[in-house]
Amino acid sequence: MCGIIGFIDRTKSRMDGSSIKAALSLMNERGSGDGAGYAAYGIYPEYADYYALHVFFDNLAEPKKKVDELLQQWGEIVHQEEIPTIPQPGIRKVHIPWRYFFKPSEDLMVGRMASEKDVITYIVMQVNANVNGATIFSSGKNMGVFKASGWPEDVANFYGIENYKGYIWLAHNRYPTNSPGWWGGAHPFNLLNWSVVHNGEITSYGTNQRYVEGYGYKCTLFTDTEVVAYLFDLLGRQHELSHEMVVRALAPPFWDDIDRMPAKESELNKAIRLTYGSALMNGPFAIVVGTEDGIVGFTDRIKLRPLVVGENGSKLYISSEEAAIRGLDPEVKNVYTPRAGEPIIGRFIE
Amino acid sequence: MTLGSVPPKFKVGIDRDQCMDCGRCIENCSYEVYRREGDKILIESRKCTACLRCVAMCPRDAITITEKPVDYRSHPVWTREIREDIINQARSGKIILSGMGNARDLPIIYDRLLLDACQVTNPSIDPLREPMELRTYIGKKPSKLKFRKTESGDVELETKLAPNLKLDTPIMIGHMSFGAISLNSHLSMAKAVKETGTYMGTGEGGLHKALYPYQDRLIVQVASGRFGVNIDYLERGAAIEIKIGQGAKPGIGGHLPGEKVNEEVSKTRMIPLGSDAISPAPHHDIYSIEDLVQLIRSLKEATEWKKPVFVKIAAVHNVAPIAAGIARSSADAVVIDGFRGGTGAAPKVFRDHVGIPIEVAIASVDQKLREQGVRNEISVIASGGIRSSADLAKSIALGADAVYIGTAALVSLGCRVCGNCYRNLCPWGIATQQPELMNRIDPEMGAVQVANLIKGWTLELSELMGAAGINSIESLRGNRDRLRGYMLDEGMLKILDVLPAGA
Amino acid sequence: MKTLRIDAKGMHYTPLNQKIRAAVADGVEEITLDNVLGQRFIGDGLRGNVKIIINGVPGGDLGVFMSGPTCIIHGNAEHAPGNTMDKGMLVIHGSAGDAVAHSMRGGKVFVKNNIGYRGGIHMKQYEVEAKPVLVVGGTAHSFLGEYMAGGLVLVLGIGKEKSMTDRGIGSGIHGGEIIIRGEVDDYLLGVGAKKIEFTESDLERIAPVIKSFCEHFELDPTEFLDTNYTRIGPASSRPFANKYVWE
Repeated sequence: MCGIIGFIDRTKSRMDGSSIKAALSLMNERGSGDGAGYAAYGIYPEYADYYALHVFFDNLAEPKKKVDELLQQWGEIVHQEEIPTIPQPGIRKVHIPWRYFFKPSEDLMVGRMASEKDVITYIVMQVNANVNGATIFSSGKNMGVFKASGWPEDVANFYGIENYKGYIWLAHNRYPTNSPGWWGGAHPFNLLNWSVVHNGEITSYGTNQRYVEGYGYKCTLFTDTEVVAYLFDLLGRQHELSHEMVVRALAPPFWDDIDRMPAKESELNKAIRLTYGSALMNGPFAIVVGTEDGIVGFTDRIKLRPLVVGENGSKLYISSEEAAIRGLDPEVKNVYTPRAGEPIIGRFIE
Repeated sequence: MTLGSVPPKFKVGIDRDQCMDCGRCIENCSYEVYRREGDKILIESRKCTACLRCVAMCPRDAITITEKPVDYRSHPVWTREIREDIINQARSGKIILSGMGNARDLPIIYDRLLLDACQVTNPSIDPLREPMELRTYIGKKPSKLKFRKTESGDVELETKLAPNLKLDTPIMIGHMSFGAISLNSHLSMAKAVKETGTYMGTGEGGLHKALYPYQDRLIVQVASGRFGVNIDYLERGAAIEIKIGQGAKPGIGGHLPGEKVNEEVSKTRMIPLGSDAISPAPHHDIYSIEDLVQLIRSLKEATEWKKPVFVKIAAVHNVAPIAAGIARSSADAVVIDGFRGGTGAAPKVFRDHVGIPIEVAIASVDQKLREQGVRNEISVIASGGIRSSADLAKSIALGADAVYIGTAALVSLGCRVCGNCYRNLCPWGIATQQPELMNRIDPEMGAVQVANLIKGWTLELSELMGAAGINSIESLRGNRDRLRGYMLDEGMLKILDVLPAGA
Repeated sequence: MKTLRIDAKGMHYTPLNQKIRAAVADGVEEITLDNVLGQRFIGDGLRGNVKIIINGVPGGDLGVFMSGPTCIIHGNAEHAPGNTMDKGMLVIHGSAGDAVAHSMRGGKVFVKNNIGYRGGIHMKQYEVEAKPVLVVGGTAHSFLGEYMAGGLVLVLGIGKEKSMTDRGIGSGIHGGEIIIRGEVDDYLLGVGAKKIEFTESDLERIAPVIKSFCEHFELDPTEFLDTNYTRIGPASSRPFANKYVWE
């Protein structure tokens, strides 16, 4: 179930969404037409200093009033509009996608929140848990998630995805099982600049959920992938672990491997397992995460889901199937499958 | 005595056609149910406790034991037990003591929780072929890690880890003291935990010399009586446990009757021969949480901060905030003992009526620790009525790190749960200090039986996890998503934070 | 004799104890700690025959789990000095808090002035040589020798009209003895405690303890060497046996 794609151009040269749309459609066999989505980084250069909040509203009356009020309590909305959409026969527009460009104000934060990102996290959790008829599904800077229930081409055409230009693209084609095929449940999942596309099922979800909820995150989107975004935010942002260490925590080496390592390395890995045992993700998964400074792809510890990597100069591709990568870039070189739990990291070149 | 006698609890019969008159029943029954008169074996049923030693040893299966051969007029309110307790107290005017754990017929929550398995959307894992990790560390864990870069560019761990116990399987044997049970029982269990890579509690009765070879697998206990506690004892243990309370009798202390305090027990406990070993209800140097901190730190200071210190409490109504307080006290693990926990002897009214079930205690403690952001500060060990690998798996899914078993380990040594532990007559050689009874346990054989039990449960736990698509115990811990409640009411489901079956 | 002086001013107890341990391991026979103020657990679990002179007020659990050393304290002590002590000695030139000598099963605790509640609680002995002794120069508050299972508690009542005026003496006592200078009102005795005649042979038995105490605090022992004492012991070695009936 599900097909995923991750793309980065390490020189931040931007690519429009048309080829991603085509590549994702190549993997239609992996989906069921119940959801698809795209995340693109670098699409809002004119508002690069503002958090782009993408919201699904059920209507523009009561839910929107509540979100507007909450945002005004914390900062300034510099611009807002309905996200442009084009009606598609295959998509029933059950929500109104909206975007705010928003910045928390220093003077409203003082003594209440430590950082802008804490404010944004708080607002996302508040709206998603407590405001009926509103779901914030994207909250990063200079990036945005576009998703809905439907087949990949339909969703792409609905949002006019080819009109956006980004240097990171994530895409996902969904075959939902454990949660309803609703718009909020489609991938990518996002919080701040973390976006996640995921193929598989996380059998440790209950454990991971309890763990992140202990830090104030609220899992409200009825699907296991959401928790991955929060794990990355917690470990990567709050605990300041490197991407490599986050992946090590989420898909750590086996104990018998750790026992065979040199003492220092063994101690380090033991410390990771002891400290972040509740963050360990179990079950079959292949994941690509978009971040502020690149993308990270990895699979579960026993490689129960496929993941293929390809490179071409400054471009790095990660996908469920090689076909998608070749669809994106027929010239791709160095195609390989990574080891279980091995992080594939693409970072911007300064 | 106008009350007369109450009806016998059991009726013992011998099938005389089958009986070969070998006399094993006479030899084996320490309660003296059987005696020989002339060429006949006579039976005194009233003395029988249904320990089934005679049945187990009879080569011809000639013995039958019937429960309640004469019963009272049935009554839903005035049960036999209630009536007999009243008669007992009318005779004595005393507090009724009883052995083993809570014997009331209350619903067992474990039996109403169901485990999950994978179908299609994710694969089951076969523990025979694929890695299955049960390794568990008990102790304080950092809530986050810090790294630094060395000059050569390597990433190095900056955070220092606190001492932890490494368990190969999340099953430990809980604290049952030498004195309450025999040395051979202790030896059997100590050998078994050494073999299976886990740990055992010494109980509060000190550490007998014969157990020194197993000391790196022993958790030494410090209870209010401080029996056998000195610096040697503390240094020998792999970890130290402060016993505040016990699930079978929350809020009260314990008295080992003087008749069980023979020379070995006296030496090991460091108390006079034949005197009662009295554990007061509270530790008299702990009247508040900050005093607990003081005791914990005094133990750590004594052992130079090299050993984890556990704190064991009975599961009482307020268990969650108490555990959260303990999490902030420098303790490394909190042991929660539920109201079904066993005991050699407890006032019946406490055993049967005080405290709460371990299942809800785990759920609320785990929840509270997480709410307060201190779950990593402390490991949670659950005990009190863990009967099977299913109970074990459910305990971990509710949020425990590991469990202590007690009665189950004794049953693996032969105990038939007859509940007469306090009489020093245990025919299975467990709850007795009489050498000829204790010698009925061969520690080598006993160790095999106890180790077999631990191994069997460990295999079953691996299979259960594999079926749920989980290959590491961390991913089962607190994974209430993989539990469903069956015939549990809404309030209970809410406390357990578990969905009903079908949802 | 190898000696060491440590200025404990502002020092946490862990490094302080580490220094003491290292010194003992190094063969130091006398350690003087200056400016002690509130450091808990001094001498915790310490072995050996070292003498530790403490100038100041040590914190709680002084000499807890200690097995051998002697501590001379020039100041008061707080909560539970001598807690679960095995061997060795505490000589306190002042008063001490509650639960002094809690669960002590060997060694001696001498307190020049007064102690708080539950002094000598749960003291116990099991072999002749392991016999704990607590001597109080002044008086003690309630529940003195509670749950006592062995050893000796001696209260001299120096400077007091009556040595003991607080209740609950020896409540739950099931071993050992409490000896109090002068008369003790019957109502002060706790449950399970009873008076036993104090004889010349008892005096002979405790005379060395009295002399040793007086020597430490430079007192004249002669005024204490008579039979004007009340001896309190257990009514039974099984004080609670009659409270229970089996199921």
